[in-house]
Amino acid sequence: MSYTFNWSVLWTGQAGGWLLDGLITTIEISFLAWWLAVTLGILSGALRTVPLAPLRWAAAAYVEFFRNVPLLVWMFFGYFAVPPLLPDAVREWLFEHGAEFWAALCALGVYHGARFSEVIRAGIQAIPTTQFEAAVSTGLTVAQAYRLIILPIALRLIIPPATNESLNLLKNSSVALTIGVAELTFQTRQIETYTAKAFEALAAGTVIYLLLCLTIATVMARVERRFAIPGMIAQGAVGEN
Amino acid sequence: MELRVIADNFAFLILQGFFGFGAFAGGTLRLAVPAIVFGFLLGIFIGLGRLARSRWISVPMTIYVEFFRGVPLVMVIFWFWFIIPVLVGKSLPEYSVALTAFVVFEAAYLGEIVRAGIQSVPRGQVEAAIATGLTRAQAMRHVILPQAFRNMIPALVTQFIVLLKDTSLASIIGYVDLTKAAQIVNNREIRPFELYLFIAAVYWACSYGMSRYAHALERRLNPQAA
Repeated sequence: MSYTFNWSVLWTGQAGGWLLDGLITTIEISFLAWWLAVTLGILSGALRTVPLAPLRWAAAAYVEFFRNVPLLVWMFFGYFAVPPLLPDAVREWLFEHGAEFWAALCALGVYHGARFSEVIRAGIQAIPTTQFEAAVSTGLTVAQAYRLIILPIALRLIIPPATNESLNLLKNSSVALTIGVAELTFQTRQIETYTAKAFEALAAGTVIYLLLCLTIATVMARVERRFAIPGMIAQGAVGEN
Repeated sequence: MELRVIADNFAFLILQGFFGFGAFAGGTLRLAVPAIVFGFLLGIFIGLGRLARSRWISVPMTIYVEFFRGVPLVMVIFWFWFIIPVLVGKSLPEYSVALTAFVVFEAAYLGEIVRAGIQSVPRGQVEAAIATGLTRAQAMRHVILPQAFRNMIPALVTQFIVLLKDTSLASIIGYVDLTKAAQIVNNREIRPFELYLFIAAVYWACSYGMSRYAHALERRLNPQAA
């Protein structure tokens, strides 16, 4: 093995700035996609448990449609297949304002929304049905019972699997490099291309991902302890694809 | 919609892209099937290692699992793509690189499935096996693992679904799987909507079909839970 390490490529020249830009883009896209995914996930996850069959079917259709196709295919679809269908003005605006970012954001959001949905459904199903019945018998409507009773409990139950899923979203944001989003993995490759120092560049990217995941996991473990409901833990479709 | 593009390239997309018969060493299944088999074999060692009483074995195995679960798969593929040529002195074909990366990466997740499967066997079984005079290794091989494997099957099918979808990422190093095949056809035909919708449908059918199967298996193995 004849390879000379040169770690200084990471802080001399542009590499440091590229890594920082990449990190910021990764956080930006993950954060925005996370909000989209959580919103879609809570909405569809709750709808999958309501006592009205057509709403349940619609939510199930959303989940099964998006989570059974690779994220990469959704990214290609959003970036290459959807824009030609849009009106000219919208398309031009998009390509002037980073179409790849928005396509990746939507793909990441809807794909992980479908996966969050399963986590939230499992959380709701872990709550004894008597809670719902009691809520409705006090005079709350179904919507109020979900908003005031069921969801607040479910969200506290699902913190561990939801953290896991959030980390998956963060890691999957790396798939956005395939459509040209300059996120962390993209910048890592760029450093490799410019300096031919593969080890150093990849090690830097890897360490940043590990640190990000570790930080989030540590923070969420504290949050989990803070919000734990004594005697209740979420069960069920935690490890589902 | 111009479905002719699918009909004209059907053989290339399905035979070459999905199954892997043809001029390129490619194919989604040709990558996914060996990856799950070898990944599982490696996963058995990792799962057993995590449960080992010796810290010298369990700590490194835990680090292995946590490391690969904390890094994006895309990053792992790039590691192997750039590092293998440096280590062995020549560049290997995309297929070998992709297969190695998937086996190493999936083994971390499969190791956790193996561990959970072993831990799902009641303790009394181990104690009874040892009480009959079996050594620990014999008890593991003849009593624990056979029961553990049975419990693992639904999780293994689910993991295979994840893996099948993840193999689309091998296209980033130029491996000709279903996704790359669609890209190749699209470069010539410029029909992104039809082509990406078609491969989405193929992935969907496999993934959804297997997830129903996993669900049915789970119900049969564990009737009171579902």
